[in-house]
Amino acid sequence: MAINRRDFLKIAGITTLAGIGGAVGVNLITNKGIEAAQYLEDPKSLKGKRWGIAIDISKFNTPESYQKVIDACHTIHNVPLINNPKEEIKWIWTESYEHTFSSHEYANPYIKEALKKKPFLVLCNHCDNPPCVRVCPTKATFKRKSDGIVMMDMHRCIGCRFCMAGCPYGARSFNWRDPRPYIKKQNPEFPTRMKGVVEKCTLCYERIAIGLKPACVEASNGAMVFGDLNDPNSDIRKVLASNYSIRRKPELGTTPCVFYIIGG
Amino acid sequence: MMYDGGKIIIGLLIFIGFSTFPFLFTMGKAVAKPEPKIDTPEIQKMVDKKCIESKQYMKTEHMVILNDWRDAVVRDGLRLYKSKDGRSFDMSLQNTCMKCHSSKKKFCDECHNYVAVKPYCWDCHIAPQEGT
Repeated sequence: MAINRRDFLKIAGITTLAGIGGAVGVNLITNKGIEAAQYLEDPKSLKGKRWGIAIDISKFNTPESYQKVIDACHTIHNVPLINNPKEEIKWIWTESYEHTFSSHEYANPYIKEALKKKPFLVLCNHCDNPPCVRVCPTKATFKRKSDGIVMMDMHRCIGCRFCMAGCPYGARSFNWRDPRPYIKKQNPEFPTRMKGVVEKCTLCYERIAIGLKPACVEASNGAMVFGDLNDPNSDIRKVLASNYSIRRKPELGTTPCVFYIIGG
Repeated sequence: MMYDGGKIIIGLLIFIGFSTFPFLFTMGKAVAKPEPKIDTPEIQKMVDKKCIESKQYMKTEHMVILNDWRDAVVRDGLRLYKSKDGRSFDMSLQNTCMKCHSSKKKFCDECHNYVAVKPYCWDCHIAPQEGT
């Protein structure tokens, strides 16, 4: 029996429709997957659109005041202590004035001597416009839309170190060797890292998610203020509104969210 | 008659010997069946001995769950898992799964070694201390 083009198209069309419709129908009826399970935000989590930290440098005066903040972070996050500066891992550490504020040093070489001699706590700035995120080929580092944290997904990191080249603040460290032997006491609640990945401060995303402030802020006894930069009534906005503060290398346009209150 | 027949036949025999060696070598020997143990003190204490989902589902889909969990927690910041029967769990390998299944050797490795899969979870995640 010969079939003309018109009939062929009709039959083909109806068959296609029946096929697609049938598949959807069968899926709806038989889908016994995990559709009832859900992923939810912890109700205890801190809510904010743009997290930031303000560091009041007038409250850091002794080596211990810096060290207790660094230790709080590094013990919780299983950060190894490797004494070789070429291989060291750091999430939060101290840096000299000219390294921390190189552009300010250039802008005004005659600034207050006391300021020049002070060490400054530095950490990932969780930039609004993070160069590390732009260069990451696997999206292992990404900016969380919900709260602006520049996060690391260690499962995806391939250790190419583009992000280390991209970050103008040196906030990232590479694991040249297995970090485990260099961790004095492991925190069993948090993972370590492995050889061949880059790591950095994650603004304690795991603490924020259960309603705690970042470990450094908690250990600083009020010398560091944490809050939502997007909320004009937050602690951090009040502190920034009433004190003079600067940011690191503002001319690069990365818009850091770590502020340094340097006093009048 | 084929040329060099003897050499070819010897070669073929050697080849057949090599390729069937793994099967002949293990023939008749039963390899111990993996028996993952879930009799940890934590599970013993539970009144209702139930994992987050049904046993069958966990057996076949645990790797999918873990994969989905890591994306939800790390990338989307969602930490709570609501199971099909409405219970809530913190989505965490170290702090939820391994709190009950506290022996990695007897729970994870038992089957993974048997089927020769090497998930890289433990390169970073810290396994609970064995025998505590």
